[in-house]
Amino acid sequence: MTRLRMLFWRWVALAILAAGAYATIVRFTKGLGGATNLSDQMPWGLWIGFDVLCGVGLAAGGFTITMAVYILHLEKLRPIVRPAVLTAFLGYLLVIVALIYDLGRPWNIWRPTVMWNPRSVMFEVAWCVMLYTTVLAVEFSPLLFDRLGWRRASQRARAAMVPLAVAGFILSTMHQSSLGSLYLIVPTKLHPLWYSPLLPWLFWFSAVGAGLAMVIFESGMSARAFGRALEIDVLEKLGRAMAVLLGVFWFLRLWDLGHRGHLGAAFQFSGPQAFYAAMFWLEALLMLGPAALALSDRIRLHPQRLFALACTVVAGFLLHRLNVSTTALAAGSRYFPSWMEVAVTLMLVTLGIAAFRFAVLHLAVFGPSPRVRQFPEVKPALARYA
Amino acid sequence: MRALLIDITKCVGCGACVAACCQQNGLPVEDSAELGPHHYTVVRKVRTRRGEAYYRRLCMHCLDPACASVCPVGALRKTSQGPVVYNPSICMGCRYCLQACPFDVPRYEWDSLAPKLGKCSFCAERLAQGGVTACAEACPTGATMCGERDELLKEARARIAAEPGKYLPRIYGEHEVGGTSVLYISHVPFSALGLPENLPLDPLPAYTHRALSQIPPLAGTASLILAGLWWLTNRKHEVARRESGRTEREGLR
Repeated sequence: MTRLRMLFWRWVALAILAAGAYATIVRFTKGLGGATNLSDQMPWGLWIGFDVLCGVGLAAGGFTITMAVYILHLEKLRPIVRPAVLTAFLGYLLVIVALIYDLGRPWNIWRPTVMWNPRSVMFEVAWCVMLYTTVLAVEFSPLLFDRLGWRRASQRARAAMVPLAVAGFILSTMHQSSLGSLYLIVPTKLHPLWYSPLLPWLFWFSAVGAGLAMVIFESGMSARAFGRALEIDVLEKLGRAMAVLLGVFWFLRLWDLGHRGHLGAAFQFSGPQAFYAAMFWLEALLMLGPAALALSDRIRLHPQRLFALACTVVAGFLLHRLNVSTTALAAGSRYFPSWMEVAVTLMLVTLGIAAFRFAVLHLAVFGPSPRVRQFPEVKPALARYA
Repeated sequence: MRALLIDITKCVGCGACVAACCQQNGLPVEDSAELGPHHYTVVRKVRTRRGEAYYRRLCMHCLDPACASVCPVGALRKTSQGPVVYNPSICMGCRYCLQACPFDVPRYEWDSLAPKLGKCSFCAERLAQGGVTACAEACPTGATMCGERDELLKEARARIAAEPGKYLPRIYGEHEVGGTSVLYISHVPFSALGLPENLPLDPLPAYTHRALSQIPPLAGTASLILAGLWWLTNRKHEVARRESGRTEREGLR
């Protein structure tokens, strides 16, 4: 049975990689027009909306956990620092790869380092992503150094963890919020249920909340794939923090809508606006529902239930970001990603999972010992390709 | 600051401006109903309740352009003479300018492997040599005029005042998103001419600036707070460690 499942997933992964490779060839021989459904009215699609906005947001667990352990000394969370940093590091690398696909002139990607326009949110995001990816690389490096037996390098990198955690927090806070600020300049194009002067704050709270959900999700997946016990006593704490952060996100959002007199748009259940109201409440259901349930001990302390809550929150978060970046834009109804856009996105996710699995099998991601080869016979499902 | 005044009532739809624009910019002369990467301006007939008119679109050359403010590398900039100009050699192709433009003007060479933005450059080189734009020079009826913005505003007001029954009582571009260098007066609603009617009067870059300007003080405060937190929790741990060490030793005794 497990063999069959394994075989199935291996074929799925291969199919995705093949489709992604074909889409890559089309993208770099026929241009963005040949591979995507982007247009002058919808210049940003799935690659920005999902790969960048969601990818960066879901990697927020990295800086959150790092800060909790190195700055706040919440020792209990220490076992999950390394997987969280690894996830974030891989996430940011994939964001950069996605940008190379999405940028029309990717050979100029380095230009913001010398051509400065501090008025541009994109400029700030570019710098923060560049610097924070470097921070993540250094935070991740001891795992590699230990494996290679470079003890001095490993010690040096470890000694820098506290300042790195501070830098990581500042840089992440800046660009996580700035991803929301990207949309401040389109007040006339973004639907009022999503446009808000508070977008930077909303993006920060949703990223940290969903970033924690992602850590829970990823711990659950690894537990299954690598046959490890779930650290429920640690994860339930994240579940509680996630509930609080999502609560703040929705409080701010609803308060702001009320304050600016747009709350009515959420109750227009007839006419062309009904779709937006429905989307809005679906987001609320997917994020606030799990947040409320996570307050109950019976649910939060139960591994499967907590895992289900985390998955729901991640889904709600993806919906919110995709709504901001595509559906809720005035021209959004004219855009649906091409299959090649979807293929590239799926390929990047698959490569991320494969890289994560490779790192877990060869580096001490989950254990104190640098020799992780002694993992027991790896368990089913995603394991082989994941 | 130079500007264009487009008087829709005077436009006869001859297309001389379009032809002159294509020639000036070395673009193929083809008919197009909409702006494109190789169509910096278009003219076409529209029917409205207030009668027929010719729709003419081109870059509005905002006084505080959203496109130039969002460009991470400064490939777009507003020159002191008025034009918003584009430098493709440093452009990364992020297309934030297309997203940010409230008039949906910039167009992209989607099928190119080295795509460039296509939009009117306000004949920046001609202006620099003291000339007028190719379209204004070609216009046989004076529907497009090139001049100083203040004077064109005066002229537009005078025309509206002289024939209040004919013109709508408004100069489009005088105040929209902080003002533009292309001004329209018309007898048909501006929305029929493809000009958005829901624009704020503040320049759009101000919306971003409010958020960006909060970052330096917030980042400074946050680093101080984090350093303080680290010190506090670290000290707590150390005290706890010392205490437990002492009790252990005392227990041994």
